[in-house]
Amino acid sequence: MSDYAYIVLIPLLPLASFVLLGLFGRKYFTKSAGIIGTMALLASTIIALMAAHQYFFVDGKVAGAYHQVIAFKYTWLAFSPGVSIDMGIVIDPISVMMLVVVSFVSLMVHMFSLGYMKGEERFATYYAYLGLFTFSMLGLVLSVNIFQVYLFWELVGVSSFLLIGYYYEKPTAVAASKKAFIVTRFADLGFLIGILILGFYSGTLDISTLIHKLTSVQSPEYIAITTAGFLGASALTWALVLVFIGGAGKSAMFPLHIWLPDAMEGPTPVSALIHAATMVVAGVYLVARLFPVFSMDDTALHVVTYVGAFSALLAAVIACTQTDIKRVLAFSTMSQIGYMMFALGVSKQVGEQGLGYMASMFHLFTHAFFKSLLFLCAGAVIHLVHSNEIKDMGGLRKLMPVTHIAFLVACLAIAGVPPFAGFFSKEEILLAAFNENKLIYAVALFTAALTAFYMFRLYFSIFWSKESAHHDTHHEGTVSMKIPLIILAACTIGVGFIPFAKLVTADGAALETHIDILFSLAPVGLTLIAILIAARLYKQQNGGPQKIADSLGGFYRVVSRKFYMDELYLFITKKIIFPLIGKPIAWIDRNIVDGCMNALASITVKISGGIKGMQSGKVQGYALYFFGGVTLLAILFIYVWK
Amino acid sequence: MNLSLLILFPLVTAIILLFCNGLKQVRMVALAGAGLQLILAIFLLVAFLQDRSMGNQLTMLFEYDFVWFKNLPIHYHIGVDGISIAMILLTSCIVFAGILISWTMEKLSKEFFFLLVLLSMGAYGFFISLDLFTLFFFLEIAVIPKFLLIGVWGSGKKEYSAMKLALMLMAGSALVFVGLLGVYYQTGSFDMMKIAQMNIPLDTQYFFFPFVFLGFGIFAALFPFHTWVPDGHASAPTAASMFLAGISMKLGGYGCLRVATFLMPAAAHYYSPIIIVLATIAIIYGAFATMMQTDLKYINAYSSVSHCGFVILGIGMLTQTSIKGAVLQMVSHGLMTALFFAAIGMIYTRTHTRMVAQLGGLLKVMPFISTVFVIAGLCSLGLPGFSGFVAEMTVFMGSWQNPGGLYRLATILSCASIVVTAVYILRATGKTIMGPLDGAYSKLGDALWNEKLAAGLLITGIVLIGVAPFLINQLIGPGTAAMMEQIGKTINLK
Amino acid sequence: MSSLSEIPLAHILFVSTALFFIGMYGLFTRKNLVTLLMAIELMLNSVNINFIAFNKYLYPGKLDGVFFSLFIITIAAAEAAVAIAIIINLYRSHQSIDVDDATEMKY
Repeated sequence: MSDYAYIVLIPLLPLASFVLLGLFGRKYFTKSAGIIGTMALLASTIIALMAAHQYFFVDGKVAGAYHQVIAFKYTWLAFSPGVSIDMGIVIDPISVMMLVVVSFVSLMVHMFSLGYMKGEERFATYYAYLGLFTFSMLGLVLSVNIFQVYLFWELVGVSSFLLIGYYYEKPTAVAASKKAFIVTRFADLGFLIGILILGFYSGTLDISTLIHKLTSVQSPEYIAITTAGFLGASALTWALVLVFIGGAGKSAMFPLHIWLPDAMEGPTPVSALIHAATMVVAGVYLVARLFPVFSMDDTALHVVTYVGAFSALLAAVIACTQTDIKRVLAFSTMSQIGYMMFALGVSKQVGEQGLGYMASMFHLFTHAFFKSLLFLCAGAVIHLVHSNEIKDMGGLRKLMPVTHIAFLVACLAIAGVPPFAGFFSKEEILLAAFNENKLIYAVALFTAALTAFYMFRLYFSIFWSKESAHHDTHHEGTVSMKIPLIILAACTIGVGFIPFAKLVTADGAALETHIDILFSLAPVGLTLIAILIAARLYKQQNGGPQKIADSLGGFYRVVSRKFYMDELYLFITKKIIFPLIGKPIAWIDRNIVDGCMNALASITVKISGGIKGMQSGKVQGYALYFFGGVTLLAILFIYVWK
Repeated sequence: MNLSLLILFPLVTAIILLFCNGLKQVRMVALAGAGLQLILAIFLLVAFLQDRSMGNQLTMLFEYDFVWFKNLPIHYHIGVDGISIAMILLTSCIVFAGILISWTMEKLSKEFFFLLVLLSMGAYGFFISLDLFTLFFFLEIAVIPKFLLIGVWGSGKKEYSAMKLALMLMAGSALVFVGLLGVYYQTGSFDMMKIAQMNIPLDTQYFFFPFVFLGFGIFAALFPFHTWVPDGHASAPTAASMFLAGISMKLGGYGCLRVATFLMPAAAHYYSPIIIVLATIAIIYGAFATMMQTDLKYINAYSSVSHCGFVILGIGMLTQTSIKGAVLQMVSHGLMTALFFAAIGMIYTRTHTRMVAQLGGLLKVMPFISTVFVIAGLCSLGLPGFSGFVAEMTVFMGSWQNPGGLYRLATILSCASIVVTAVYILRATGKTIMGPLDGAYSKLGDALWNEKLAAGLLITGIVLIGVAPFLINQLIGPGTAAMMEQIGKTINLK
Repeated sequence: MSSLSEIPLAHILFVSTALFFIGMYGLFTRKNLVTLLMAIELMLNSVNINFIAFNKYLYPGKLDGVFFSLFIITIAAAEAAVAIAIIINLYRSHQSIDVDDATEMKY
């Protein structure tokens, strides 16, 4: 057992950057904030890579399987004996993988932002927020305690809120940030109650103890939680589904996905970091972290599977109709996370059947690179044309060669064309789905083709299509913007070859995988066909897409309005909750509850008004009462009470 | 450590204030007095922790007993445990911040600061009293100044609000007094520590518990007796709002816990379903009512109703964790709501409006005040890193340990309120702090040194509890444990 | 001494009662504060007469009643001083010493 305590530096460095820039940034570091933030992240990334090397290749493996190490644990808040919130660091394959992903992508985004956000008034604040987010996300992935997860979960939520609302003078940005926070908060409610149930029955909040207690069928905790039930489902199912709701909220799964497209109001590098590579996969990570418990309950796993698959399909369909480049990417993110979710859903804990788990993590890993690359490219494009709309772009390949190549690489990767990274991970997911559930496999296959189609629709519309309206008055961006694109593109090509199945699996033991060419034929073939269709339709400007849209008529409109989900939510909040719950309560409070108090007061006033006439203010009147009283008393004393 | 100093310092400060002239002299004296209180409170904390670490396991430390009135056994009996220390620290922080916030109070400044200091004396006395009569005495001292503070220095329909507040709180103290007398005639003693050992007969408990609990409940904004809160806060000057929400409402919560529940546990157990229902209604209903408010002070006042519901909920659940959560929530809410009112006051003195619709984009001209506002808001919606999270989660965890169906439902509904809280806090923040800036406000300045110091002090408290809850847990954990042990002797609770 | 004892007690009581009710009548009917003050003095004096008379007829050897009447005379003097001061102040502020004109404290 070797010492991993230095890992605590990985989250603490961004935290230090946040505190420093947050407190003093506006005054002292208006220019140097970017450098400070980037340096902190660079150090974090290096330490994370060192840790990954140490864990995966030096001493993580014991008896052929990777085991879990608790590097550090401190009781942060004790509730009652055994139940406490602990702060700590857990080292196991997925947390180490996430460490690398989060710190690396965050570093790329920090670097890219040096050029992208240059000259912003609140430059230091921006970097402070980035630091806060990175700290929270790293804290989340290192959690040893389920409440620690929840705590950092909320913190990433709020940093996402702050960053989406970064352009706080724009009403749409403010609305989007509120929406993102409130929708995820609503989901967190489920998570919280799930935690309460799990904590109550297992008598602990510590993840590894919890897993230990709830995965052995004979343990009293397991018997208690499975026998207790509510509305026909066991407490375990309820707890897991509620926890999954929390994950679904963060990971933008149907029907809690509505915040993600709007979240694109934030600065584009932020979208790359938070809403593509890291925070949105927190839900997947959460399910993976508790996977041994999930694998004990089929109902919960089915919920995960079907919600994931449906979200993947729905998002892909919507993405085909969107015209805002970032929104297309947002829906593609949602679709890819759907993949990861159902891959977890079709998995089992042990051995060969744990393929889905491995595939999901693998896809999470590769997706982080190519999706952040896509967003950063989009950022570079938006930086040039100052618009998010596809119609304002076109023919940019000559103006921005680096961005062009990088974007193409990322598109090929997400479409799953070999030998780019996405191909390997998607292949494993499809295989896992094929082995477990043919319906899911069909959905996944169709979604894969759709993905290729809309990504290349985007690619051709931006870089080909019409001739560029922009002449080279602008440059492609600063060096600090190009370097991350190049690095990420290189990763996108390379990471697929990492022997992931040997490193990250559900039970820690290595898994044998191989690429089966016959199996790959269908998805790759479909993908290529979809790319060709996209090229045919969008490479040159022609009326084709419009014609297809017209022929679909109402369906197209419904899809392009995202199935009216936003309108439904607005209807529920604006037309039901506010006028039918909020207003009446406020009215009742002012008129009935307070009315009772006021009525009490006015009754008192009325009574006193009735008797105040006796106090005429005339002294002689009072004297008369007095004498009358004395006389009366005299008579009483003399004649009555002798 | 002589606890009477806590009463003596404000008293001396108040007397010196009477001989001062002019705003400058007055505020210096008041600030010096408040500073001394703060130092004393911190010193008390250190002394307390030292005594505890030396192994002093008495329930109450620094006790002092003096026969005040012989014929009735009224004693001036004082002493502290961790819970009272937390409340004393809270009070001293808020007094200090409140005096800094009223730095430029031109109107009748001597009288204003005199009343503030008098109020703080009442609060300190209340928190250290172990004798029911002395406790009641200080409770009354803490009520009267509020009437004047709102009636004279307030805004809006201040006479109405002052009258409403004073009358409702007086009604509360009248109920409390009836209950206290009932307890006295049953036990022949006013001494809380003795009464707690005595086991009051059940029918007496059942009869007098509602008086005491409701009476203190009115102070703690228990539904449906919370209506003094919105009007009172909205009309009060900033410092008085801070005192009112930060200290006065805590007198109620502390009384519900220390007097009602601690002395009559069997009745607390018996009535707990009713308490829980009222608390849950207050939480949910307060949150929804907040959502519809348009005045910043009303927003915070209604949200106080909702948050104080957690205190009552924690007490009503009667588990050790939930009671600890209730105490934490008192401290947390006191700091947070004082901070919120301070931020609202700062905005109001500059823009002369508190209506959400008329504000917008203030972050651009007053970054510091806006940050304070956002921090207070985030603490209110229970963000980790701030005290609100720690307190609310402790209440939730504690409530969930009580496994009745009704209790479960109440816990789930209370948890749901955090979503509604997020809605109203973000609406308020989105409309006042963010969004486009109104041209009329483009010349306004940011916070001054006194405002920064006040906000800084409160934020320090909030963040300290939020980041290192194990510290305050050390302080109040043993206190609640001792209390629960006492309660548990009387009734068999799991 | 002897001449007083020849007058029966009833006569003296009659005088004091008459004096008391004259004072009372004045108190109720007059509006002028000075007159009211005089009426009150009449009533006080009727009480004094009673004290003296009862002292003489019931406890001839003691002086308690005399002390009390002296006490009352002193108080009456003080009271007159205070009352006249009040009346003068009232006149300054209200330009009137009519008892019905000072209604500020009503209700």
